[in-house]
Amino acid sequence: MSETFSLRKEYGKLLVEYGERYKNIVVLDADLAKSTQTESFKKVFPDRFFDMGISEADMMATAAGLASAGKIPFCSTFAIFASGRAWDQVRNSIAYPHWPVKIVVTHGGISLGEDGASHQANEDIALMRVIPGMTVIVPSDVNQLKSIFRQIVEYDSYLYMRLPRNNLEMIYDENETFKIGQAKQLRKGSDITLITCGAMVNKVMNTVKRFASLGIECGIVDMFTVKPIDIQMIKSIADETKGILICEEHQKIGGLGEAVCSALSEIKPLPVEHIGLEDTFGESGNPDELFKKYKLDEESIIEKGKKLYDRIQ
Amino acid sequence: MNAAELSSLANKGRIHILNQVYNASSGHIGGAFSAIDIMIYLFFEQMNYSKSNWNADDRDRFILSKGHASAALYACFALKGLIDEDELHSFRKLNSRLQGHPSHKSLPFVEQSTGSLGQGLSFANGTALALKMDNIPAHVYCILGDGEINEGQIWEALMTANRYHLNNLTVILDYNHLQIDGFIEDIKNPMPTLNRFKSFGFNVIEIDGHDFTDIKRGFEESRNSDKPVFIIANTIKGKGVSFMENNVAWHGTPPKEEEYLKALKELSGE
Repeated sequence: MSETFSLRKEYGKLLVEYGERYKNIVVLDADLAKSTQTESFKKVFPDRFFDMGISEADMMATAAGLASAGKIPFCSTFAIFASGRAWDQVRNSIAYPHWPVKIVVTHGGISLGEDGASHQANEDIALMRVIPGMTVIVPSDVNQLKSIFRQIVEYDSYLYMRLPRNNLEMIYDENETFKIGQAKQLRKGSDITLITCGAMVNKVMNTVKRFASLGIECGIVDMFTVKPIDIQMIKSIADETKGILICEEHQKIGGLGEAVCSALSEIKPLPVEHIGLEDTFGESGNPDELFKKYKLDEESIIEKGKKLYDRIQ
Repeated sequence: MNAAELSSLANKGRIHILNQVYNASSGHIGGAFSAIDIMIYLFFEQMNYSKSNWNADDRDRFILSKGHASAALYACFALKGLIDEDELHSFRKLNSRLQGHPSHKSLPFVEQSTGSLGQGLSFANGTALALKMDNIPAHVYCILGDGEINEGQIWEALMTANRYHLNNLTVILDYNHLQIDGFIEDIKNPMPTLNRFKSFGFNVIEIDGHDFTDIKRGFEESRNSDKPVFIIANTIKGKGVSFMENNVAWHGTPPKEEEYLKALKELSGE
């Protein structure tokens, strides 16, 4: 096993680092500062940190008010509460009037694990994607998060960024650069291309050798900005590959897969296979067990990849 | 302005409201009529807010959390000279800046988009908090409907205002006792209202929301409060037109021609 790194710990550090430079950054949390790691910011800038208590709706609309008077608010809680509990506030108090509030959530997806289905946000990307003008970002490692953080701070609009509870392996070199809205092609593949984001990127990377041994040349794209989706990248994949396999830690309904298919349908019809949650709630369990049971694991990726390869023959 | 001058201005406001809703064949008259006197007082007597400073950092802020009273807000903007009176004809029509519920993106004088009830107070808190952090001596005013306080977020926001000692915030309850489905007491019953707001740490002041002398007394009394202020404004839904007063049917129904003419006649003092 390679060494793993925590995106939420890095988020806490980045808030402090940028908090030094950007005096108008303020951070709000909903009684989860220890989990989301916004506590790091609280320790250094107690006057710019607001623990709103267990009231996510109040947190989102308060952040809008802070933004209206020139602050750069970061709102953090678990993905499930930000996207679900406070959806109306995100839509009506933040997005509709266009306040540049940064919603950065942790514990996204089924990999939250043992707390079970009540806490596993497998619908958050769908809920946020559908809000007009919402930018949705799902980083896949610490270096990517670090690279885009300045763009997030300076982003002239509202956005939603989903971080996982668990540590992830490093995928990128620390000098790698990223731009919000521009996907990263990790490798090209003449047969199939796997499009993915977040915690799934590493799982997908691990399947490359096995695909190669099966005689399948696979490309990989890290679509870390789910919205706005990188149309140019999808166009170029459509030209160089014969089928697309989408892998996401989210319901198949409403997530990355549907975003890719929607774009693809206006470019060039290609066979698509899709890995994600099959219209179901999760349950308690450790992340590896859950990925296996809900068919988000490497075996399932290989299986779907083979099916796709058969279709394009 | 003296009370009589303010009353006359509020009457113009009511005529603007009536005309907007009649022209649009849609809109909310009852709750706009109950809030308009307080809003006229705020815009013309209380707030540091004008055509020349509406965008300045140190302007006072007005947030209409009960966004369905939008026609009252646009009437105030017209009377303040922020928008042209002719623009009121576009209320609720295609391509208008005067959206059915106030939209900040459409019309910059609208401090915050409201309409989905229960959210404006949290926004007002956030603004008040930012002003305090930056030592800007501006005040934030927020009007709530009494049906609106059914929303749990209002009570979350009241706790926030108290927690952060937002004494640059004044909340006003448009206490007209009616919501769409009937009397507030018959629906969720927020009684005893006065004690509840006191217990949330506010400096609570009760006023007659249609009597400018009493409105003035309330706002004078609220000055230099060391706590956030909560003004309970006793009002009458549909105030100003006899057949609309205390009649919930006028919450969100536009008048027919005959009713419009009758209402206009009453408001014009004929």
